[in-house]
Parts: sequence; C-alpha cells; structure tokens
Amino acid sequence: MQLARNLILLITLFPVAVIAGVLPEERADALYHSYEGGGVKIDGPSVLVRKNFAEKFSVSANYYLDMVSGASIDVEATASAYTDERTQTSVGLNYLRGNATWGLNYTNSEESDYDADTINFNVSHEVFGGLTTINMGYAKGADEVRRNIKNPDGSKTNDPGFAEDVDRQNYQLGLSQIISKNLIMGLAFETITDEGFLNNPYRVVRFLNPDGVTTGTEFERYPNTRTSSALGLTAKYYLPYRAALTGLYRYYTDDWDIEAHTLELGYTHPNGPWTFDLKYRYYLQNGADFYSDLFPRANAQNFLARDKELSDYTDQTFGVAVSYEFLKDWKFISSGTVNFSYDRIFFDYDNFRDVRVSNADPSITPGTEPLYSFDADIFQLYISFWY
Amino acid sequence: MLTSDKYKLYFRAVIAALMIISITACSSIEPWVQPYERDHLADPIMKFERNPVSSAYSHHIYEVRESARGGLGATGGGCGCN
Repeated sequence: MQLARNLILLITLFPVAVIAGVLPEERADALYHSYEGGGVKIDGPSVLVRKNFAEKFSVSANYYLDMVSGASIDVEATASAYTDERTQTSVGLNYLRGNATWGLNYTNSEESDYDADTINFNVSHEVFGGLTTINMGYAKGADEVRRNIKNPDGSKTNDPGFAEDVDRQNYQLGLSQIISKNLIMGLAFETITDEGFLNNPYRVVRFLNPDGVTTGTEFERYPNTRTSSALGLTAKYYLPYRAALTGLYRYYTDDWDIEAHTLELGYTHPNGPWTFDLKYRYYLQNGADFYSDLFPRANAQNFLARDKELSDYTDQTFGVAVSYEFLKDWKFISSGTVNFSYDRIFFDYDNFRDVRVSNADPSITPGTEPLYSFDADIFQLYISFWY
Repeated sequence: MLTSDKYKLYFRAVIAALMIISITACSSIEPWVQPYERDHLADPIMKFERNPVSSAYSHHIYEVRESARGGLGATGGGCGCN
C-alpha cells in the first residue's frame, strides 16, 4: 500500500520537459584508502569506471575492498583481535531522455558474516530552464546477518544455528536550485525503513549484579524495525575570485529516539594545475532511548543496547586535500589528476565509558570509569582520468 | 519516541512541497540566470561531488560510525562493522 502510494506520487510529481539533461562524466578512478583509529585499521582499494555510449547511456562499475584488522573497544572488552574483509561491487546504468536522467544501480556487499544486496532506482529531471533539478529515488535492500564461531583450530566458521534477515527501503526526494550566478543549493529528504535483525549478534550490554559492585553481561536486544528521516541542505558559493565555499547542514531523527545534527564547511582553492581543499565537519547525536552504558540489573527492559554508535556523542573532522593535474589532452585522455587527502576525526562519547579500566582494576566501581574517546586518521590516495 | 503520526505529518509536508513545485514547473517561469551566465556554476570546483569515488568512501566512513543516515545522496552496502 505504502509502495503503491509512493509510485503514484513519483508519477504525479513528474513535470513537463523543458531543457535537456546531461549524463555523468566519463572517468576512471583508482583509490587506496586507509582508516586507523580506536584500535582498528581498515584499508583497501576502490576502482570506479564510467563510460557513455550512444549519447544516451552511461554505464558504471565499482569495486571496493575493506581489509579490517585489530580490535575495537567492544572486541577488546569481550574477545580477541580479528581480521576480516568486506568486498563491495556495484554496477549502474543511466539513461538520458530529454530533460530526464533515469538510473538503475545494483550493489552487493559481502563479509564473512554479513551479505547485503541493494537495488536503487532514481530519476532526475530539469525544469525552469535548467535552474531546478528534481531527484527522486527508491532503493530496496535485502541483508543476511550471520554469526561466526571459532573452531578448535582457531579458524572461523558460520554458526549453523544462526541466520537472520534484514529488509531495507529508502525513499529519496531531492531538489537542486540555481539561486544566482554564484550560488547553487541542494535540498535532500530521505526516509529509510529497516525491518529484521538490526542488532550486532556479538555485542553484549553490561548490568549491575545484585551485589551492586560487580557486573554481568547479556546480549543486546534491539527492536526489529527502525524508521528514520533525514533532511539535508547543501550550498555552494563561487567567491569573487576563483574559489568555492561549501556548506552543509543535515537534521536526522528516527523512531529509536535518536536525533542528530551534522554541519560541514569546506573551501576549495584552485591554483594552476593544483586544487586545494579544506574541510571542517561537526556531528552531534542524542542516543537511542534503549541505550545504557550500565543497566541496573539483568533484563532491565525489553530492548537493550550498549553500542557506542547509539550513545550520546559528538565527533569533529578536520580535513585537507590536494589534487594535481599532471595530464591534459593526451591521446584519448582529456585530463588526469593525482589526489591525496587526509582527515582526522575526534570522537568524544558523553555516556559510553571505557570498561577496559574497570576490567584491569577491579577497585574501580562500574559506572565511574572515564568516558571513552578516540581519534581516527583517514588517508586517501587516488588517480583519476577523464576521457 | 516519535510516533507514526509524526512521520505521516513529515511525509505529507514534503509531498505537499514537491507537488507545489511540480505544478509550478509546468508554468512558464523565465530563468533568472541565463545559460550564458552560468560559467561560474559550470566550473568543476562548484560540483557538489567533485570526486565520486572519494565522496562514496567518506560517506561510508561516517555511515558506519554515526547513527544518522541518508539525506546526502548515497545508499546501499553493508557496514563492515560486525
């Protein structure tokens, strides 16, 4: 019923053609990425290729790999360090017809204990002489959650008694608007619904034992549905000299009572073959209503979570990036750039405590450990070609 | 906790706004920035996502470490965070 209603709306909202749209740029990128922070290192490659044909179609393919090693604070508190891999592949097709671009994208993500398939349909449509672009999208995802167990020889295998599903649906509506010769703004609204097994099958919550001094643990229990809404506003402004300012604000809310604000500011400054970027990002979140760092007793409530991503916290990012154009109009390549970026993120949790402290020193009373915080370093090095 | 009524209200407000845009898009509004005046807007530094492979990675970094999701354009994939 809900789906039918939204499909009708997609058709209703489709205005009359005014001006021709454009296909995405033809380009190829090869990227190496690295994230290190909170005891975890994740790195790997990503390759994206996009090619147009018959002046109406654009095809794209992306291969992405995460190689995970180390132990986050959750793992350190309850288990030993591990290694894992996540492979993601995507293929996409865009079709340009008049002033509208239709897109279909399929993504598959695989880990040893989690598979995700997503299909995304979107359409963007230019109106008012190209001043306004309306975007609409719908995505459906089907995930399978498994749990790994350790064999006596130390290798990992899927627990044959555990396999759960998650169904996801995304509804996206967007608008980009030319405001003046130097200012363009974008507005995006997205509702996401999840249904199924939404918690982590390994993570535990801690509770105070009846003695009031020691703690016990039990597995997390999340609701099996989640519905969220996010509204994002983006602006790009061309300065009186050749440089651009970027601003972004996003408001997020969901029915787990999480509320978040994201603010991002950026500055782009080209100089000859060089382009420099500066970025600052601030994120503030109020946690889920069933989150607690320390529950007062076992089975204290229906739903239980001690995932730091569901707690109250802030994070701040400072980023720099530099791009150098080393190739121009060579054979079939119109341009080539080499790019490097570095981001540092500071995470500060307001009600997630560092249990490693009380695990190491039993004289520390549970619930009085220092609040957890960590910093993460993110590097990206990539090469891009346009043709 | 937000109720389903509140979500219905959000949904209707967004739909109403888009219907207004849709209806007015059929009328003949003169573009106030002519195509020949858009050279600054066409500059690559004015793109919302200048480097898609890098933007997708950055979105992913935040998606798996923050509860907020959506409203920025990208979708799909697992989280690599179990």
